[in-house]
Amino acid sequence: MGDLITMDDLTNKEILQILDEANTLLPVARGDIYLPLLQGKVLGNLFFENSTRTRMSFETAMKRLGGEVINLSSIGSSVAKGETLYDTMQMVDGYTDIAVIRHPNQGAAQYSADAVSIPILNGGDGAGNHPTQTMLDLFTIREAHGSLEGLNVMMVGDLRYGRTTHSLSHALVRFGAKLTLVSPESLKMPVEIVSDLKNHGAEVSETEEMSSSIGSADVIYMTRIQKERFPDEDEYNKVAGVYKLDSSDLSEAKSGMIIMHPLPRVNELHASVDSTKHARYFQQAFNGVPTRMALLCRGLGIKVPKKVK
Amino acid sequence: MRRVTAICNGTAIDHIPSGNALQVLKMLRFDVGRSNPISMVMNVPSGKMGRKDVLKIEDRELNQEELDRLALIAPKASVAIIRNYSVAEKRTIELGSELINIVKCSFSNCITQNNREPLPHKLTIVSSEPMEIRCSYCGKNQDVDEIVDYII
Repeated sequence: MGDLITMDDLTNKEILQILDEANTLLPVARGDIYLPLLQGKVLGNLFFENSTRTRMSFETAMKRLGGEVINLSSIGSSVAKGETLYDTMQMVDGYTDIAVIRHPNQGAAQYSADAVSIPILNGGDGAGNHPTQTMLDLFTIREAHGSLEGLNVMMVGDLRYGRTTHSLSHALVRFGAKLTLVSPESLKMPVEIVSDLKNHGAEVSETEEMSSSIGSADVIYMTRIQKERFPDEDEYNKVAGVYKLDSSDLSEAKSGMIIMHPLPRVNELHASVDSTKHARYFQQAFNGVPTRMALLCRGLGIKVPKKVK
Repeated sequence: MRRVTAICNGTAIDHIPSGNALQVLKMLRFDVGRSNPISMVMNVPSGKMGRKDVLKIEDRELNQEELDRLALIAPKASVAIIRNYSVAEKRTIELGSELINIVKCSFSNCITQNNREPLPHKLTIVSSEPMEIRCSYCGKNQDVDEIVDYII
């Protein structure tokens, strides 16, 4: 019931409620207030694939709320000995109250949710979905624009394998966003996702060219071309570095336009952008803490108070 | 013109899209290891379809679960259960909302590709016209023309 596998698991009303709760929890996320809402609860951090922000922000979120965290990685566990995901999850079911899973295989989060009774949060499954990232992305967008309604959002880079853009695009069109999808031909958004977006009545355009849309964008969501998802290095080399944004590209940008990136970045986002008023990616990474606090509370059925002090 | 003789007992499947009879047998798992006599005609004229295939399987009444598999490749086929040379029952093929342990996901990076994972294979029917099928775990659309290659 408390699972979060794709953004379809949340209604728009629930999304907005979670964002409100995350906002309430900001002082707790910063460490200014200690609020042990999750005391006595244990989070399983199951990372079968590398992670910096997702793992650390979930751990911080749990600890700031008074809970405990146990970690599992594929190296140094029975996963390396060939244990099935199903068997591993039976252990997790016994040891924890809620779990976050990141896994290289697509569908692993739904599979885990079907295998156990505890709530499962999808921390990224292959090139599938990454809904907790989407929630912090939405939090960041709403923080900057005051609303999620009717924004012009440009997504740039690896839209084929980039799971953050898959989940985020699904969510944004539900709030009336107009999407411009910028990618090389070989890294276009998967057809089933574009079909879903259009079936939702969304205005979606696909292009290989980035610069002409910068002036009309409210949000530019840059992504890394992910070397690790390419079956062939030659294919990666053909598209690596195809999109690069630096501060000189932003002269036509709207004043309130924000630049986001799920990070890590390689060379698609130049350091010169960091000091512009548009840069939001480090704030976005921090926003993972309050947002994931609210998601942990939702998963565990713990009510977040309207005010904290 | 009757190309196949009447059967005494069994199942007759008519109005299979032309050229799909072999796939139907595969989908019903009648392509290997069965001893039932099977008659098949392919590409015969049909008033309704132009051309069609017909199958007659002797001494075996197909159950609804088996017939519903056919919805993927022969959704408009008509099925008759034959007893003592007469049509005893007519059955319709129905496409449910989910296919459980009938077909595997074809996506190479899906979690279900590990044969040792024990949970059932599940595909969701997103729409029937046009046919759109997705893996319930990884969400990847399946190529309906190739789905017969992934029958469990």
